[in-house]
Amino acid sequence: MIVIVDYGAGNLNSVKKAFTYLGAEIVVTDQPKMLSAADKIVFPGVGHFSSLRALDRSGLRGALLQAASTGKPFLGICLGMQWLFEGSEECIEVAGAGIFPGKCRQFPSSVKSPHVGWNSLTVQPGSRLLRDLAQDSFVYYTHSFHAPLVAATTAATEYGLQFAGAVERGNIFGVQFHPEKSGDVGLSILKNFCEV
Amino acid sequence: MLTKRIIACLDMDGSRVVKGVRFKNLRDAGDPAECATAHARSGADEIVLLDITATSGNRNTLLDAVRATARSLFVPFTVGGGIRQLEDAAAVFDAGADKIAINSAAVRDPALIGKIAGRFGSQAVVVAIDARKSQGSFEVFVAGGRVPAGRDAIQWAREAAACGAGEILLTSMDRDGTQSGFDCELVRAVAEAVSIPVIASGGAGSARDFIEVFRDGRADAALAASIFHFGLEDIAELKRELRDASIPVRWPC
Repeated sequence: MIVIVDYGAGNLNSVKKAFTYLGAEIVVTDQPKMLSAADKIVFPGVGHFSSLRALDRSGLRGALLQAASTGKPFLGICLGMQWLFEGSEECIEVAGAGIFPGKCRQFPSSVKSPHVGWNSLTVQPGSRLLRDLAQDSFVYYTHSFHAPLVAATTAATEYGLQFAGAVERGNIFGVQFHPEKSGDVGLSILKNFCEV
Repeated sequence: MLTKRIIACLDMDGSRVVKGVRFKNLRDAGDPAECATAHARSGADEIVLLDITATSGNRNTLLDAVRATARSLFVPFTVGGGIRQLEDAAAVFDAGADKIAINSAAVRDPALIGKIAGRFGSQAVVVAIDARKSQGSFEVFVAGGRVPAGRDAIQWAREAAACGAGEILLTSMDRDGTQSGFDCELVRAVAEAVSIPVIASGGAGSARDFIEVFRDGRADAALAASIFHFGLEDIAELKRELRDASIPVRWPC
């Protein structure tokens, strides 16, 4: 069973629909105790970094950190990936999980922000999440802040600078783009997560 | 490299996709779910479904169409038409839309943009602007192009962005359905006025029109309906021509 964590930020239908299409058993929940029963956890999210404040109020933050530390396969999408870092300049009062080093920052003024649309991935070899993905595959992005390149970066994207499109360490995975909106490429990434 | 998006638009009348010329003379163009899937398969980067009649009587028909279309669609999906309040938007998101487009209601109450963005994120809010050239400037029209709003399109685009819109869908009423090319002057003026993406709409007729609106109009995306429905232009072929002209596009899809 894959649990999609609902903390009140945005619309989770698309993520749920994509996993259902792939034949996965899905539960959407805002209950921290459901995370311990999950085989895998998907942590989506859109919008402002400050919406992650809701995690503290609901007790979800502790449950998410606990699940990630026990090696349960964990996929953060968009804001969910940014949360895996130390924090974001978008809202410095809210702490990220600190699983990956560095803070999320705004794009340079040389490019329009937000970064919206299909952009390509420079894929590093050896990623389990991005297994069998063609180099320069296109994925759909929509975000104003980006995570830095770190040792765990498995795919980089260029938009005014190089940023982390995907990160991976052990069973912890993060993608800044939206695999549920990235056509066949995105579905193959979600399928890889189902098979981790 | 960030690519330019090609967006296929389905105009809905009741449960059917239709297409008119300058917002009139509607012709039947098929079932929405089938059209959407076919367009996505041939390379559309995004699908927009607009309820052009947008009367309260057929809301359930529209929501059924959104549900059926969303089921097997895995590219971004925008729905517009008849969204007057937060609850209307919520119902459309619940039926499977990723973004909503609002037009008349946003002009009437710009705070609605922020209300929807606050709950669903700015990335989910597209403000649609229908504009027509008038005495050297571009005037906004509402109610499906029937009523002048007494507002300047560029100024309204700026305000919409400041209120929390994630994208502007900009339709030239002068060009809509004519296949005589996008209004690059209008598109460029808006694209240079806002930092959010601008989707050019109205007038697509050939690959050259797309090349022009991306180069001269500085559009981030371009939307078309007529040419794709009636098979006048295959999206895959269009993307090959754009690529040959060094316009970055998602290919292969």
